Amino acid sequence: MSEALRELGNAIKAAHPGDIDEVDVRLGELMLVVKRDSIVRVLKHLRDDPSCLFKMLVDICGVDFPERAQRFDVVYNLLSLKHNRRIRVKVRANEAEPVPSVVSLFNAAGWYERETWDLYGVAFSDHPDLRRLLTDYGFDGHPLRKDFPLTGHVEVRYDEEQKRVVYDKVKLQQDFRSFDFLSPWEGMTRPLPGDEKAKH
Amino acid sequence: MAEAKIKPMTINFGPQHPAAHGVLRLVMEMDGEVVERIDPHIGLLHRGTEKLIEYKTYLQAMPYFDRLDYVAPMAQEHAYVLGVEKLLGLEVPKRGQYIRVLFDEISRVLNHLLNVPAYAMDVGALTPMLWCFEQREYLMEFYERVSGARLHAAYYRPGGVHQDLPAGLLDDIMKWADQFPKIIDDLSSLLDENRIFKQRLVDIGVVTAEQALDWGFTGPMLRSSGVPWDLRKAQPYDAYAEMDFDIPIGKNGDCYDRYLVRMEELRQSLRIIRQCCEKMPSGPHVSRDFKVTPPPRGEMKRSMEALIHHFKLYTEGFHVPPGETYTAVEAPKGEFGVYLVSDGTNRPYRCKIRAPGFPHLQAIEFCSKGHMLADSVAILGSMDIVFGEVDR
Repeated sequence: MSEALRELGNAIKAAHPGDIDEVDVRLGELMLVVKRDSIVRVLKHLRDDPSCLFKMLVDICGVDFPERAQRFDVVYNLLSLKHNRRIRVKVRANEAEPVPSVVSLFNAAGWYERETWDLYGVAFSDHPDLRRLLTDYGFDGHPLRKDFPLTGHVEVRYDEEQKRVVYDKVKLQQDFRSFDFLSPWEGMTRPLPGDEKAKH
Repeated sequence: MAEAKIKPMTINFGPQHPAAHGVLRLVMEMDGEVVERIDPHIGLLHRGTEKLIEYKTYLQAMPYFDRLDYVAPMAQEHAYVLGVEKLLGLEVPKRGQYIRVLFDEISRVLNHLLNVPAYAMDVGALTPMLWCFEQREYLMEFYERVSGARLHAAYYRPGGVHQDLPAGLLDDIMKWADQFPKIIDDLSSLLDENRIFKQRLVDIGVVTAEQALDWGFTGPMLRSSGVPWDLRKAQPYDAYAEMDFDIPIGKNGDCYDRYLVRMEELRQSLRIIRQCCEKMPSGPHVSRDFKVTPPPRGEMKRSMEALIHHFKLYTEGFHVPPGETYTAVEAPKGEFGVYLVSDGTNRPYRCKIRAPGFPHLQAIEFCSKGHMLADSVAILGSMDIVFGEVDR
């Protein structure tokens, strides 16, 4: 299974020299890292090439790695019914430069890209209707970024005097606590967060 | 008299509307009674599940999955635990696999028993709701007997299930399965050839196979368009490879076919439930890898190591090796996938939930365009939307 996947990955890479940075098979899943500007071209190949036929776009989502310069991964999961295979395509992105939209290839991409824009702030160029999707009307910020606090910034309540719902700065009865359970139980080899405290 | 030009009217459907199946707001542009454009506003039930999961250990994150599609909770849990097991490389004992398949199918029956009558109610039939809810109550009793909760079960665990089946449960499920075909037949006789029901559904919201793939349809929505695709057959997980069942497909891809597919799935699920009960193997219900699953209570009273394992599991949790996986199961509504990214700690770095209802609802404008306002309600009903999973 993984041999066939690796072959497929290499064949796709050979068909698009210079567009694909990385081909990897892990846990029986094929993954490609594609240059941002080539994503439409590569996905079109994946959809239409007889050896691929990934006709269904299952999912698009973002992943945030704040320490990287290109801090976001935009992950496309595709499924081929014909070959009964899945593939994962990744694009690196940042806040400033938009990723080309794939709505022209897959209608399903519309809301997934809106969701990624909403939750991560990754913009998509040529998207027909790039509005927020899941968050509140007039929401500020991109909540699934790692630097967005879990508790959020605002809370809503009904104001008896103004007779309407108002937004306030969030007030916590107790500071948000994040427990550090990363003790070296088993298999922890890398330096642990918190170890630097011991040096003082 | 010269024909007056009528301006398109914009109407607001929901967010509080009995036919919206939860909190859906549709901004519809109408030309008379014909739908021209629909702009669905979702997210009114957005709870930030994915963000919350990033702050929980792998075990603590599990119960969130019950709260996505709360009509069929255990099917969601299954996708998540399969993903974690894949990252851990964990083997599940046979009995655990069978129990999970059994409860997956009970969840499927639960889901279709809500969707079919709710759908019928949308187009005007009240009786099925009452009949089906009685059956749902029996099934939720089975949920309660294994997990202690009727709805939010939190029963599956990475490595198996939390507790073994209580004595006598399989016999009771079999007893239930004996009377259930009559309920399906009664339901069929009420709806299948019902003139009003057919007038409202046949040739409404037709989706071809090509379009269904393009819009990312899965589950009964895809199968009713004539695509024989079911993850239980195509990419069998747990004990599904050992089950004997058929995949019903539709021909026309209209609302009526979706109803028929779901009705046949009820019968097929019943077959799987019977097979699970008959072939239920003995042995442990959960993996005996105590780095992931808690040791038996009795052992903790005697063994120091077991006590340490228990303590570590319920404070720190287990660590999952770095990696990523997209794992999907055939939930009652379609493909429910979990994209898990692990960084080697005790918490998921990212957990994206791929809900089947999300792409379905996205296509509501495409399906309803040119239909009447009342048909858009029928189409919405046929999509089997639950906002817990769409909004997450």
